[in-house]
Amino acid sequence: MAQSPEAGFAYHKNRQELHGITVVVTGVSGTTWVGRFHEQNDEGVALKDVGIHDGSAGPLEQWLAQARKFGIRVDERAVLVPSKEVVGIERLV
Amino acid sequence: MPYPPALVAPMRQEMTDMGASELITSAEVDAVLADHRGTTLVFVNSVCGCAAGNARPALAGALKHDTTPDRIVTVFAGQDLEATARARQYFADYQPSSPSVALLRDGEVVHFVHRHEIEGRHPQAIAENLTTAFDKFCGAVA
Repeated sequence: MAQSPEAGFAYHKNRQELHGITVVVTGVSGTTWVGRFHEQNDEGVALKDVGIHDGSAGPLEQWLAQARKFGIRVDERAVLVPSKEVVGIERLV
Repeated sequence: MPYPPALVAPMRQEMTDMGASELITSAEVDAVLADHRGTTLVFVNSVCGCAAGNARPALAGALKHDTTPDRIVTVFAGQDLEATARARQYFADYQPSSPSVALLRDGEVVHFVHRHEIEGRHPQAIAENLTTAFDKFCGAVA
């Protein structure tokens, strides 16, 4: 298979820059979501294969470190984080 | 539901062209991975264009390195379900993702590259991740 000139970035056309990238979404409520970014629109941020930290799983940094090393334990296949909830979005790694 | 064989055939061929052995059944997986001697790289293949489309060329590049694992095998997530599930039992501490790469030495996982470490990264950067692990784990044991 020939290497796309876009190698290193998403192949998907007409998608947002983070499409297909695993991100950490920080919520104003204190909940944190880690999942594969699908899209962001007026309604919120759509994620796939999502791990959710609500404080009951121990310290957030420890939970994120675990996800980086051992992968994301999926709690929900798809989540829409409402726009009013979103404080920040950054790559997991 | 698996994709049509014709669609994934080039993705399979890309792996075998670089010297990987395809494992299609649980028995084939066990025949390789139950033998704990030496180093084995398991590439969990995927149809995902944005991640696997970079991971396969990355592995092909890494395999040109001076030091490489003793065995290179691949299972195809979403296609060869039984073989993939069986292979993942050999690195069960790691959450399933595809594409991903597990490097085992004497039956132990010594290096793992998750999908989230592949997404959006240039094949050369992924290859460097792999060759660093090859140098560390696949050389002669002191």
